[in-house]
Amino acid sequence: MNPTWVIAKRELNEYFDTLVAYILLIAFLGLTGFFTWLIGADIFIRKQVDLMVFFEVAQLTLLLFIPAITMRQFAEEKRTGTIELLLTKNVTNRQVVIGKFLSCILMICIALAFTIPYYISVTQLGNIDHGATTAGYVGLILMSCAYISIGLFASSTTNNQIVAFLISLFLCLLFHFLFDMIASGFTGMLGEFFSMLSISGHFDSISRGVVDSKDLIYFASIIILGLFLAEYNISKR
Amino acid sequence: MLYFLVVPLNYIFAPKPKKPHLELNPHSLPEAILLIIMDIKIQNLTKTYGAQKAVDDISFEVKTGEILGFLGPNGAGKTTTMKVITGYIEGDNGNVTIGGNSVNNSATKGYIGYLPEHNPLYLEMPVIDYLGFCASIQGMEKSLVPGRIREMVKVCGLNAEKHKKIGELSKGYRQRVGLAQAMIHDPEVLILDEPTTGLDPNQIVEIRELIKNIGQEKTVILSTHILPEVEATCDRILIINKGKIVADGTAATLRKQAQGKQVLHVRIEDADVNTVFGKLQNLPTVALVDILDAPMNRFEIQSTQDTFSNREIFDLCVKNKWALTELIPFETRLEDIFRDLTLN
Repeated sequence: MNPTWVIAKRELNEYFDTLVAYILLIAFLGLTGFFTWLIGADIFIRKQVDLMVFFEVAQLTLLLFIPAITMRQFAEEKRTGTIELLLTKNVTNRQVVIGKFLSCILMICIALAFTIPYYISVTQLGNIDHGATTAGYVGLILMSCAYISIGLFASSTTNNQIVAFLISLFLCLLFHFLFDMIASGFTGMLGEFFSMLSISGHFDSISRGVVDSKDLIYFASIIILGLFLAEYNISKR
Repeated sequence: MLYFLVVPLNYIFAPKPKKPHLELNPHSLPEAILLIIMDIKIQNLTKTYGAQKAVDDISFEVKTGEILGFLGPNGAGKTTTMKVITGYIEGDNGNVTIGGNSVNNSATKGYIGYLPEHNPLYLEMPVIDYLGFCASIQGMEKSLVPGRIREMVKVCGLNAEKHKKIGELSKGYRQRVGLAQAMIHDPEVLILDEPTTGLDPNQIVEIRELIKNIGQEKTVILSTHILPEVEATCDRILIINKGKIVADGTAATLRKQAQGKQVLHVRIEDADVNTVFGKLQNLPTVALVDILDAPMNRFEIQSTQDTFSNREIFDLCVKNKWALTELIPFETRLEDIFRDLTLN
């Protein structure tokens, strides 16, 4: 079997063994379900057949949960020394990083798969824009990939899980809100530059149903940069 | 549920067919050719941490079929050297090759089995799953894995604990798991950093036998603080101090170097202590006589350089009709050699 996949499978199993996966699933589905169907500007109040509320809440929930699932990846292995055992096996640093990335994104995909019943329920209520909804899911997955690679980079910088969590939470907040806020303070080139860095802007443009190459390049470059830096950090020892 | 999500991805990451290491037909060849030569060669290795030199320009070679015991006081550079050999860290200078290939390319890593110093393991994983993980990450064929796991569980005495999580095991059992994971892919080179710590005496004997058996065909380096262990298992001893090699050879050659002169403990009865002392001192091959225990007539005798005085002592006793009741050739202990070499 491909070592990347062996690592991904082990990490994914570990989420389920240590209950992290169950807590994450329950909290994610609880929060998104609650706001989509029961309270605030839910579907019945807005009287629109779409999953806009769900996408809004899912973005914020993932913003919190992704640092929590990525913080362990390298920090814990460094603290216990298992990284030494792992890297002296027949794998390259890159395979280790990509394996861990895959396990995290699979975890998020499992959580998102459980929300498909929301989609099915909403289609029963009226005519839903299938394209926009699919694009919304694609946007969520791309955003998750970006945050996971940021989280893996943060985890590779330290051997303390809490420090890793705080670094990745800060970086995710920066990309999600702060760049937007900074952008509104500037005009012209600088403002455009900061709003271009903001993840939520790119997410919105994808979730409108248009998958632009500009957005794809943006997400791809964050993912590649994050994973590259994580790989660099673990190769330096 | 998870299963259904995982299966389709399995197709995406389907394994590429692996080339066998040897393309010859093993059944048509004599055994000697099947022995894969994996010598470890270390040339002028230097590694510094900040201002401190952990390893200072060392060179040595380990041949296939040889068990090398790596000795040294704490902080001598043993672990650093082993980490460099496994490719985990890189030396500042020098060259480390295994079977002619650099340790930094990942294909070489597959030939190495490594047990690190503090035996780090994934504590949440059950023993069997962990061994399965190690086997498949080393690129072992899927059909061979269960058999190999069964073999390692048996060899390392893990049968009663195989379904427990590693975190629930005692230190000795964790050490066995560490050994099992190092040997699971049948590596050509075994690097063991203090393999017998935490094991009970019976298990220590079993593991030593195991290492000896493996050492007949493979290249083994093991570090330890237990000196009798080195004598019992290793073909060759390398003592390292402050990053430099201070001794290299078999236990016997090290003894000869350190000692030079033969030392005997004798007990001669039916005679007066002082008479015996005088006559012993007059023997040509005897350099020094020391009374160990006067009422019991016991002496320590040191021969002159490169001579043996056993025969002359016996002849002397026969001539005087004394009874020679003890004659013990006294060997320098490995501990003393070790202290001599590392305490200067």
